[in-house]
Amino acid sequence: MTRTYFGFIVEKKLMPSPWMVALVPAASLLLALLTGAVFFYLTGRDPVELYSRMWQGVFGSHYGLSETVVKAIPLALAGLGLALAFRMQLWNIGGEGQLYMGAWGATWVALTFAGQPAWLLLPGMCLAGLACGGLWALVPAVPRALWKTNEIITTLMLNYVAILWVDYFVYGPWRDPQGFNFPLTAQFTEGAWLPTLGDSRIHAGLLAAVLLAVAFYYLIYRTRWGFEIRVIGESESTARYAGINVRQNILLVLFISGAICGLAGMVEVSGIVHRLQPGFSPGYGYTAIIVAWLAKLNPLAILPVAFFLGALQVGGYAVQTSGIPSTMVNMLTGALLFFVLGGEILLKYRIRRPERQEQGVEAA
Amino acid sequence: MTYDFLIALLATAVTAGTPLLFAALGEILAERSGVLNLGVEGMMLVGAISGFMVAFATGNPWAGVVTAVAAGGAMASIHAFLSVTLRANQVVSGLALTLFGTGLSGYIGKVMVGNPLPAAFKPVHLPVLSDLPLLGPVLFRQDALVLLSYLLVPLLWLLIYRTRAGLNLRAVGENPAAADSMGVNVFATRYLYVIAGGMLAGLAGAYISLAYVPTWMEGMTAGRGWIAVALVIFATWNPIYALVGSYIFGGIEALGFRLQVLDIAVSPYFLKMLPYLATVFVLVLVSKRNALTRIGAPGALGLPYDREER
Amino acid sequence: MEYLVEMKGITKRFPRVFANDRVDFNVRPGEIHALLGENGSGKSTLMSILAGLYRPDDGQIIYKGRPVSFRSPRDAIRAGIGMVHQHFKLVETFTVAENIILGDRNISFVLRPAAKERELTELSARFGLAINPGAYVWQLSVGERQRVEIVKMLYRGCQLLILDEPTAVLTPQESAELFANLRRMADDGRGVVMITHKLSEVMAVADRVTVLRGGRAVAAMTRGSFSERELATAMVGREVTQESRRQGSAEGRTVLEMRDVYALNDVGRWGLEGVSLAIRSGEILGVAGVAGNGQRELAEVITGLRPVQRGRIFLEGQDVTNLGPQALIDRGISHIPEDRLGTGLAPGMNAIDNILLKDYRKAKGRAGLIDYKAARSRTQKLVQAFDVRLAGLRAPVKLLSGGNLQKLLLARELSAEPRLIVAAYPARGLDIAAAEAVSRFLLQERRRGTAILLISEDLDEIFALSDRIIVLSGGRVMGEPLRTETATREQVGLLMMGAGGEAKAV
Repeated sequence: MTRTYFGFIVEKKLMPSPWMVALVPAASLLLALLTGAVFFYLTGRDPVELYSRMWQGVFGSHYGLSETVVKAIPLALAGLGLALAFRMQLWNIGGEGQLYMGAWGATWVALTFAGQPAWLLLPGMCLAGLACGGLWALVPAVPRALWKTNEIITTLMLNYVAILWVDYFVYGPWRDPQGFNFPLTAQFTEGAWLPTLGDSRIHAGLLAAVLLAVAFYYLIYRTRWGFEIRVIGESESTARYAGINVRQNILLVLFISGAICGLAGMVEVSGIVHRLQPGFSPGYGYTAIIVAWLAKLNPLAILPVAFFLGALQVGGYAVQTSGIPSTMVNMLTGALLFFVLGGEILLKYRIRRPERQEQGVEAA
Repeated sequence: MTYDFLIALLATAVTAGTPLLFAALGEILAERSGVLNLGVEGMMLVGAISGFMVAFATGNPWAGVVTAVAAGGAMASIHAFLSVTLRANQVVSGLALTLFGTGLSGYIGKVMVGNPLPAAFKPVHLPVLSDLPLLGPVLFRQDALVLLSYLLVPLLWLLIYRTRAGLNLRAVGENPAAADSMGVNVFATRYLYVIAGGMLAGLAGAYISLAYVPTWMEGMTAGRGWIAVALVIFATWNPIYALVGSYIFGGIEALGFRLQVLDIAVSPYFLKMLPYLATVFVLVLVSKRNALTRIGAPGALGLPYDREER
Repeated sequence: MEYLVEMKGITKRFPRVFANDRVDFNVRPGEIHALLGENGSGKSTLMSILAGLYRPDDGQIIYKGRPVSFRSPRDAIRAGIGMVHQHFKLVETFTVAENIILGDRNISFVLRPAAKERELTELSARFGLAINPGAYVWQLSVGERQRVEIVKMLYRGCQLLILDEPTAVLTPQESAELFANLRRMADDGRGVVMITHKLSEVMAVADRVTVLRGGRAVAAMTRGSFSERELATAMVGREVTQESRRQGSAEGRTVLEMRDVYALNDVGRWGLEGVSLAIRSGEILGVAGVAGNGQRELAEVITGLRPVQRGRIFLEGQDVTNLGPQALIDRGISHIPEDRLGTGLAPGMNAIDNILLKDYRKAKGRAGLIDYKAARSRTQKLVQAFDVRLAGLRAPVKLLSGGNLQKLLLARELSAEPRLIVAAYPARGLDIAAAEAVSRFLLQERRRGTAILLISEDLDEIFALSDRIIVLSGGRVMGEPLRTETATREQVGLLMMGAGGEAKAV
């Protein structure tokens, strides 16, 4: 299993060395930023200034830091939900739609029971968010379980449908009559607001994310059900051989995956926007795919990764004022993902210079 | 429904189906070689904006098309490098490509938002053909890119099923080890068709920004790249069926806004859902059928090839 | 030019092993040269180097008097060296003709199938290789596929033809036909290399033989100068005595009974058509036949992985038809599946998890969490008892060699103290030591009174281990069960060919 490229020998390794496992993500980040820098420079911007303003925007103030946590909360929640599905090789790309449906369900509770006390409203909104997100994920889960219908495409298509669904309500039946014709629902009554930390915007969703991360960690690595999920993810054929009900698990795991994404939508409307409005999510459901993947599907690693990608988002907003579109953050994350993927080859292979004897053979 | 309404609907179905067709044809080429590329949406967006900018600057839409094709190919080569040479996970690599393309097109397209394109493609009038009853207005009063797509479909069909190159392509996608053992270069073949597929995705994007709605908006492909990926499954990797499927989906999209114009009592938001819901629906039907008959994807689709792996 | 090809001092290392260590090997035109050795002795690696699939780390290849260095199979084929692999390299969805012309650059860009098919029919007839160029490969029997592979090489004008274990999938009668065809090619002036581990085949056709052991060439002999006994000693490295390892017939109560069982295969056709059989405790029932004739369906139906459409299955008198895998595991059915890594084990999980695979439901500890401490110590014990060489308890099992994978799987399946073991191809692809260990473990279980269904393509294995033999062909049991003491290989071979006259493939 040896190959020669440009005079270097590339060999396959059986186990990656531990320091490489740590080095590759760091190097990938550096390379992604470097690529971005070259690109910014070529399009006539000063990369050093741009990056330092992004850094300032995040770490330069309490506000920046707390905003990063605020962005990290839905990313972490949705990331946890998606990682659970990914572990079973179920490519749930529908996090965004499930998040929208969760927010929609929570909004329905908040508007219908407006004025009720928090102890009644908040659990109700949580349940509605979980249920709507979960049921929305069941739509593609059923054909996936029965006929192996490609869930990548069906979950993704349903994102567009969910967003249009929410659009219909905020432009139509739920539009606030006092809202000067803006597409917004009325603001929720205070009983529907998640409690916040001091006077920051950090809300109780953070607690939910941390608790769920720990719970999922135990679920996956210590419980019998988690064992089943891991076996199915390794090989469906092995799972059936071991007497595991694969279909039932596909339905259950996708339901929970969607439910957690729905919860992410619920905390966003209940903790931050306090109403439903179009585009309330800047693609959290999509970014959460990256969160789950970069964290290698490990629930505990999802928290710091979500914080990091949240920081990138906040940094993106910080430079928006100088006319740089915030989508450049997507570009940077895309590039980061390329380098992480490419970097994985370094974990599987060892590159070395040929020894003299081998060079002789090459020439022969 | 009047005759005129029907003609207008069918003509719009063809126009709306054309970007889907280009993208689906491209994805067929990539998947036939065994590489799943989920970056179609991203490649289309980059094709759309690069084509738009060049056409805007030069005033020549063909210059835009050439740029978009090149840009799509360049994007696809990233995916080819990651999935063919480095044998990375093709699903994640494709998603990264879409994300990257979305961000890149948004970044470079910021200055262009809202500009109409004066040098857009316009329908051309063909002698005889354009004047045929029914077929004339539906098929032959279209722009040059649509006419190009008519040529492309049979050409690709012939390439895949009737030529030596197509034999190699299908063998590489079905059983790369067999192809390799008979001296077909698996890596070169996969690079070639993944990049060719990206070029067609770029062209699909350019069709949207240069002919279909000649302007630029962020994320203007609106999921068409993903619908194209679904269409490939529907079409069982066959260019002819891809044409049929594209026009059906184009028809659904056309029906959506034609009904809007007619002031039907259905909310436009629900009409806009139609293509996405139809995609889900069709995919479920097709997979149900395939589960029974095992009409399948190319045998090695999504699997990296490593000669010395045992 | 005395030699067609000469390999000198060939060395090839894989991460853990020396596959070839300074091997010398040569072939003369017009001869059939057997390359003899046990599984894992480096035969296939050596020939894969000659065919351009692998590149040697050291050594030299001289072909037709000139040193050559093949970078790919294409180089080798162009030079005139072609290899028929054990796992055929055919595109199933292509026709025979398409498979044969694949990669040929001298054909027209636009394909003209009709003319090619005529040419191929003529070519194959010249060597007595009957093929239908217009047929799709997925429709063909194993024997027909092998002929397609050979014609593929002849079409490319190969002067040296290498066949890797060509008789593994053939009935004795088909093997005899193949040998006649190979002789015809040798008489035509070509060199033929046959990789094998069967002494009888070497005695039957080889003009010369080279014996490999542990990656080294240990003997090279010419026809007339070797005996079966000498070859065996050279191959195994010590005197081999044929011992009957089965002793005492247990013949207890009936453990498994199948009555007229029907099941569908993966494409919705009948995979099993009215199979009836019975196994007693302490008995090994051997199922002979070419893979793809209902073997997989049989194993899956008994273990609950595939639904029974008609008929009934009884375990110790109780009806267990369609109970599902979990219930059958709990009732004491162990299963050694043909796909060890993809079905029998979870490749990316470690040894502890893999030992837990079937009884994780019972591994409850504190707060309903899995008790990994107990699982760990149990794994350590089993790994020792079954002599599994692990890289570590925490390393993913996909890193293990085939023999160690199988021993780990056996450790889990046998430690459950089963009543019935369904073993599919348990020794396939294992080196001699591991294969012997597998036989030993199965015979040990037989003595303990377990009923065992042994599915295998290897008649040597079937005859060595089974008490009774049945033949499965086209999803049916052919004839009556044969007692091993009185059965002959020819008898079994005839049954394998079934009613259609030729063994069917998938």
